[in-house]
Amino acid sequence: MTRLTPSTKSIALHIGVVFALLALNFLLPEYHRGVFARVLVLAVFAMGYNLAFGYTGLLSLGHAMFFAAGLYGAGLTIYHLEWSVWPAFGTGLAAGAALALVVGFLALRTTGVAFMIVTLMFAQVFYLMTLYFTTYTRGEEGLVLPQETRVLGFSGGMLDLSDPSTRYLVALSLFTLVLAAILFLVRAPYGRSLIAIRENEERMRMLGYDVFANKLASVVISGIFCAASGAAYAVLFGYVGSGFAAIQYSILPLLWVLVGGAATTLGPLIGTLFMFYVIDTASSYTTAHLMVVGLVLIGVILFFPKGIIGTVRERWLPWLP
Amino acid sequence: MATVSPLLETHGLGRSFGGLRAVDGVDFSLPEGETHAIIGPNGAGKTTFVSLICGRVAPTEGRVVFDGQDISKMPAHKRVRAGIAYTFQITSVFANLTAFDNVALAVQRQLIDDHERGLSAHALTEHGLDALEKVGLAEHAHKVAGNLSYGHQRLLEVAMGLALRPRLLILDEPTQGLSDSEIENFVALVRQIGEEATVLLIEHNMDVVMALAERITVMEQGRILAQGAPAEIRANQAVQQAYLGG
Repeated sequence: MTRLTPSTKSIALHIGVVFALLALNFLLPEYHRGVFARVLVLAVFAMGYNLAFGYTGLLSLGHAMFFAAGLYGAGLTIYHLEWSVWPAFGTGLAAGAALALVVGFLALRTTGVAFMIVTLMFAQVFYLMTLYFTTYTRGEEGLVLPQETRVLGFSGGMLDLSDPSTRYLVALSLFTLVLAAILFLVRAPYGRSLIAIRENEERMRMLGYDVFANKLASVVISGIFCAASGAAYAVLFGYVGSGFAAIQYSILPLLWVLVGGAATTLGPLIGTLFMFYVIDTASSYTTAHLMVVGLVLIGVILFFPKGIIGTVRERWLPWLP
Repeated sequence: MATVSPLLETHGLGRSFGGLRAVDGVDFSLPEGETHAIIGPNGAGKTTFVSLICGRVAPTEGRVVFDGQDISKMPAHKRVRAGIAYTFQITSVFANLTAFDNVALAVQRQLIDDHERGLSAHALTEHGLDALEKVGLAEHAHKVAGNLSYGHQRLLEVAMGLALRPRLLILDEPTQGLSDSEIENFVALVRQIGEEATVLLIEHNMDVVMALAERITVMEQGRILAQGAPAEIRANQAVQQAYLGG
């Protein structure tokens, strides 16, 4: 047998993961299939965050606004304008991209702690706006998208996105697309430049790289992926509310990425899945589930200091992307 | 010398940090092809001066002209593309990457500029190995940069500069921390580079300066104290008092 190159191994692994997730659609009991569908959508959020945080080294505390831009971009157009799912989803992406471009342009004038605070402030403004325009958004209470609006025109037929199997498969399709895009990006020269900027920005500038433009592009792509996750969440789960724009939803992707492994392609999925099941399992046994979650997190940090996939890569599988 | 117009000129170039005038109205001219050394005591403003030239520091007054074009307001990364390469005083290689990948980052950007959009792995490898070959690191190409000896990291730093194919290469105290035998190799290397590019060298080691420089500029307190051929500088009274310990 010929030896596989790291590149073929990693591509084979990613295809394997996607097929395993596809198989789970037919194997998982109803409840867990619902959880997995949610995890797949939120893993897209985490992957988008990972591009900015893990690969480019931009610690943002405001990514909830990009997720919520997608969520509201899709949700409001469906609810108020009665748009169909495709243009609504597109609106969500456009909203995320535009917001990321503006916020990135302003926030990237700062670095480090100042960048964290500036992104946090922008996200707070966005959150407060969703409350201020409560006539349209119904604030914390949110909007429930009627089931009949959540149908996706696809190759002539209509897919009912509230059907559990369809929902799972659509979530998996989006996840696969974004995973492939990230895998392609980080292996391309552009991805290598981002990592090098993370490691030594000044050096990259003196190699002739436009550091600001590279970082801005990273924030915009990251914002689009996060918005895609938010828009998909709106149409797949039919609920749009201010809670998704709040600070927790800026912290969660950071947590998922750290647990799964920053700057790894599969870390965001593993981190999101892990955190979902830790919370789910703990809260079925005790009301003090957050204490259990805290203990588990301490364990993860002790034994997997670079996140689950990050540590596996460091110790055993150096070829993991 | 049959020079047409100089490759680099500065006119009244200055930079103040608060009340301190680190570089104070310097007029300087560097003909194409010359290897030029800047010497002077610590704090004379040498590093600030070359930082103004390569754009890492913005001037508070004066102009920088490169190849006939005023680049005073040009951001650093564009100056690099215009042909000014700077190697860091404090070794600044990507420690997690291999020596080859370090150089490849420099080559990659160049290839993107040249619209060789394919970024053919072949061209990347060839240009990268070529730069490593020049500094004598070809056999260490696939070692992780952080594991190289200090001397080799300094050479890698120069290779990254060379991979940019600069017209003006600025070396900021390149021999600092090198052993005597390493310095000997280094002098040979810079002499070879000097045949193709213009070299501006900040250096404390006077043997290196005397061996390499065609002309020398002595700086003190942000100003040019003296300028001339090595023999003239050696004979200059003021220089001897200020710097050579007269």
